[in-house]
Amino acid sequence: MNDARILARALTDPASIVGLDGDGWTALLAMARAEQLIGTLAMRLDGLPLPGAVTAILADARAAAEHGRRAALWEAEMARRALSAVDCPVILLKGTAFVAAGLSAGQGRAIGDLDILVPRASIGAVETALLAAGWEWVKPDPYDDVYYRRWMHELPPLIHRERDRMIDVHHTILPLTARITPDAAALIEGSVALEKGLRTLSPNGMLIHAAAHLFADGDLAGGLRNLWDIHCLVNEFGTQDLDAEARRHGLQREVSRSLRLVAAVFGDRPAHGLDRLYLRRITARDDWGRPIRPITRLAFYVRSHWLRMPPAMLIRHLWTKWRKA
Amino acid sequence: MRHAFLVRIGPVGFRIGSDWRAPIADLETLYRDYPKPQDGVPDFTVRLFARRPWRRIVRPSVEIGGDYMLPEAAPLPLRQGLLAAEMAMNLQMALGARRYLLLHASAVERDGRALLMTGISGAGKSTLATLLAAKGWRFMGDEFALLDPLTGLIHAFPRLVSLKNAAIAAAEAAWPDARMGPLMPATPKGDIRHMVPDARAIAAMDTPAVPALLVFPRYGFDAETRPVPPAEAFVRMTQASTNYVALGEAGFRALTGLIADVPSVAIDYPDGARAIEQVEALWAAL
Repeated sequence: MNDARILARALTDPASIVGLDGDGWTALLAMARAEQLIGTLAMRLDGLPLPGAVTAILADARAAAEHGRRAALWEAEMARRALSAVDCPVILLKGTAFVAAGLSAGQGRAIGDLDILVPRASIGAVETALLAAGWEWVKPDPYDDVYYRRWMHELPPLIHRERDRMIDVHHTILPLTARITPDAAALIEGSVALEKGLRTLSPNGMLIHAAAHLFADGDLAGGLRNLWDIHCLVNEFGTQDLDAEARRHGLQREVSRSLRLVAAVFGDRPAHGLDRLYLRRITARDDWGRPIRPITRLAFYVRSHWLRMPPAMLIRHLWTKWRKA
Repeated sequence: MRHAFLVRIGPVGFRIGSDWRAPIADLETLYRDYPKPQDGVPDFTVRLFARRPWRRIVRPSVEIGGDYMLPEAAPLPLRQGLLAAEMAMNLQMALGARRYLLLHASAVERDGRALLMTGISGAGKSTLATLLAAKGWRFMGDEFALLDPLTGLIHAFPRLVSLKNAAIAAAEAAWPDARMGPLMPATPKGDIRHMVPDARAIAAMDTPAVPALLVFPRYGFDAETRPVPPAEAFVRMTQASTNYVALGEAGFRALTGLIADVPSVAIDYPDGARAIEQVEALWAAL
């Protein structure tokens, strides 16, 4: 196996690392870093007898993940304070939600930006409150700004001027230009309260969002990490009523695909048909942490744009971007 | 990757892969007396690669990558491949290291105690460390001093000494027998030549030292010495550390501990010989 399946196996079956030699460890650690799963790997292998050098590297990764967890929760708290005067639910998404709710998907997870979901009707008030609390716009380009506001599922990204942390404010979970239009109001309606006023999506809502993010948006960059999230959520909450809820959001296909791929990547169920192509893309990483399979990657890159917009709009968008480049 | 090299510098193991033979050949020669990473598992992977396949051959251009990357890192011509490798190793340390608080400082040791020198590029920290080592101090490193938050000890990181411009001749004069890498003229930082640290520095690289003195040198001024108050030294050192923020509380404790334990002194100096005198006088007065 010369791709990231060795990393997937180490995550699901930590005992599989027994007998790895220096080169095997080196490859595993390089892949885990490249896929931003080193913290997760460190948590999974904690307590196993490991070579001294590996113990030290994984201890560093655990410390970094713990620091990241604390920083993410602090950032969520900062957003909560900034938005306390806005009368709307504030729902944490992705990594920050996993750590705030203490889920297994959050253990060791790398967390970059703070992602939140708020009702579309409140988006103006939320933006005003964040700007007043020290966040600033990142995108200086007026075309990008208008594009985000008109067609995207989120505000143009904001960054805090002192803490240098990005916040993505979503009002739904897929771009407005995409063919699938999830029911954001229902996701917000079903959300669950955390302490102190913040919220997370319901377990099924988290699963549907993760599947939408992975298979209906983007080019599957970071796919292994996102699939690991789904694996953890399924293990923790099961899949009761998941299919019916996914159907309501038009994401039944994506959700079933994510479950099949979890079984293929983190279980021993073989992938069939188109799933094999997804598997090729998700595990496209070599012993040096380099991306491999450029043609598969390109295909998914093209696909991501195809999914995001209707063809005429895509051509117009690419033309504008090309002229500006 | 086509060509690879493993090395351990102080406590840190590296794997360097390259699309070209030349940078690896330089590393093999210059790091030949260094050990391999512990357990055969390096802490960091570094990659020197061509962005497009044809750039391996046509106007070969070395891109820098690895476990940690900076998007804006500019490629270097192949004749500066060794510099690219050194920069890439430093980059992994700067962005990825968590075990030690990284101080952008040179370090030398005497009687088990370490002298740290830090300042902006051109302040003379590399040159002074090289000159002091020629006078009998043990060279611990010219780029990063590794402060262990658990013990407060300084660990050596004696990678190749990166000599720039006038420092090349000064080091060659002080170390006539030293092994030198290729002279790389007109790099982004001027002329650069790498020098292999002396045998003693390599042999003792696993022996840490107790920090004893922190010096902020400044080259090109009349000789002057002034104490630096702890608050100023602390702020300067937060700026001189690449992972202070990433270490969180551990970094704060390590740095406040260092500042509380050792005196901090700023020295202005007109030339190397005078600086050595100033440092020796400060050391004798400790």
